[in-house]
Amino acid sequence: MSEVLLQASGLRLAFGGVKAADGIDLGVMKGEFLAIIGPNGAGKTTFINMTTGYLRPNAGEISYEGQRITGMSPRAIVKRGIARSFQLPQLFLEHTVEQNVALAVASRDGIWSPLTPLLRPGYRDEARDLLERFGLTGIADTRADALNEGARKLADIAMAVALKPRLLLMDEPTSGVAASEKMDVVETLARVLREAKVTAVFVEHDMDVVERFADRVAVWSQGRIAALGPPGEVLSDPAVQREVIGIERHA
Amino acid sequence: MRKIEPILAILVAAAMIVAAIAAPWLRFVLTIALAKGIAVMGILLLLRAGQVSFGHALYIAFGAYTVAFLAPRFGDAMILLPLAALGAGVLGLLIGLFVTRYRQIFFGMLNLAMAMVFYSLLEKLYAITKGSDGIRVEIMPIAGQALERVTYEWTIFGIALGLAFVLGFLLRLYLASPMGEALAGIKTRETRLEFMGVPARGVLLSAYVMSAVLGGIGGALIAMTSRHVTPLLSYWTSSGELVFIAILGGAGGVLGPFLGAAAYELVRVYAAASFADAWQMILGSVLLLVILFAPGGLWGMAARAIGGRGR
Ligand SMILES: Nc1ncnc2c1ncn2[C@@H]1O[C@H](COP(=O)(O)OP(=O)(O)OP(=O)(O)O)[C@@H](O)[C@H]1O
Ligand SMILES: [Mg+2]
Repeated sequence: MSEVLLQASGLRLAFGGVKAADGIDLGVMKGEFLAIIGPNGAGKTTFINMTTGYLRPNAGEISYEGQRITGMSPRAIVKRGIARSFQLPQLFLEHTVEQNVALAVASRDGIWSPLTPLLRPGYRDEARDLLERFGLTGIADTRADALNEGARKLADIAMAVALKPRLLLMDEPTSGVAASEKMDVVETLARVLREAKVTAVFVEHDMDVVERFADRVAVWSQGRIAALGPPGEVLSDPAVQREVIGIERHA
Repeated sequence: MRKIEPILAILVAAAMIVAAIAAPWLRFVLTIALAKGIAVMGILLLLRAGQVSFGHALYIAFGAYTVAFLAPRFGDAMILLPLAALGAGVLGLLIGLFVTRYRQIFFGMLNLAMAMVFYSLLEKLYAITKGSDGIRVEIMPIAGQALERVTYEWTIFGIALGLAFVLGFLLRLYLASPMGEALAGIKTRETRLEFMGVPARGVLLSAYVMSAVLGGIGGALIAMTSRHVTPLLSYWTSSGELVFIAILGGAGGVLGPFLGAAAYELVRVYAAASFADAWQMILGSVLLLVILFAPGGLWGMAARAIGGRGR
């Protein structure tokens, strides 16, 4: 548990006058589940975007497995074993859920085989297996543009998991998932990730989810990390409770 | 539906052969339709990625002029066809490296620009191209056999039909493959591909090269059939015609381009004969009706009539 998988040092990124990252230092330990919490606009998504190569920081460095990945393309970073899911699900809207996930499975091999079907047994079975674990079997043949918000979110995460990453970054995995299903969904997700020994960083607004599944919590505030530690400590800190007002807490 | 497609393809092919036997002039029209259908499969390929090329007549013209230029030297259809395909593929790669950086209207217009540059070259370089007079293509031997006119025309018809089958079959496999589905992914979520480690531009570029090859083959067949090439082959209206046929035929299946091309050529010939100057108006009305009432094109209509989905 004590080995650092991802290390961010001194990350800065400003959009005009907005400091979306204002000196982020964070080490993600191998095997841990790290939750990121914080108010809207704190820079949580920006951190994921910088880590996955979508945004390039103005300053600072990110290293993964001891190698510098700052400024690499999303493609190069995925190839190194970092996958992500999105705050707004990014699905291939005219494809079915099964095709979406199968395409992610296929992309591990490159997708350059032009004459054998995407839904060949190897890819299809793996996609179906994942869909079953995520409870999506019933909508496997539904086109992505016809899904409800919760199902889109899950399909989006299933695609990221299908890439078999060693580090998975999830941006609000449970938003849009019905409150009654939330805990089940996260439970399943956590099991899948633990089985595959995936390290996970997830942005989360539901403190019950954080308390139950995170090994550590990082509190984001105006582009900085205001607090970092085990959920028990961090969430009971009055300063954090003040900072992260507006977050939901179930009774 | 996918199972019915091959059967339908065989029926369409049989109908074409019967028509070609019944009337020699139809044999000419249908050979041109098959050639255009092959080129329009290239348009369909790019449509999968949500991109419309308004300049693909460039590759038809390139294939056609390749035949016209090289026929005196390598005068055999079986050598000229692969040469035209290869040449168009190389040209497609060079132009594709540039145009696949762009999407939507920019992609469409850059292709148009390329085709118009080629058109101007064909017009202006009179010493080489004979300008707007164009170049005549003599009847050439096929696989070493010198043929008299009717046999030659039948053989070209047969080659066009055979190529339509083989290329249509390959395209169909491609579209259902990871590569083809990734191409379709460009239409809806290109960035996701990058986050899956897939180079979206490479996927589009390879499809673009394939579409250029299809255009080159179509152009070579057109040159061998009409036996006269002119710069008009590369004019923007010719490119528009390909898009027209693609929409008329429907982009849902590989049969669409051929249904579209056959319908287009037949309507054109009949309308031109019966209404002289009004044939564009008739074609325009047909396209309008298709867009309004049958967005899946002729293929979509056929598919629905048989009771499946057009896509
Ligand atoms: N690409 C961008 N261009 C301009 N401004 C941006 C961009 N991305 C983020 N920002 C700004 O940076 C700040 C941080 O945004 P970010 O999306 O990282 O916040 P967040 O913590 O994920 O918020 P939320 O909880 O609403 O998702 C916001 O003020 C946002 O408007
Ligand atoms: Mg966010």
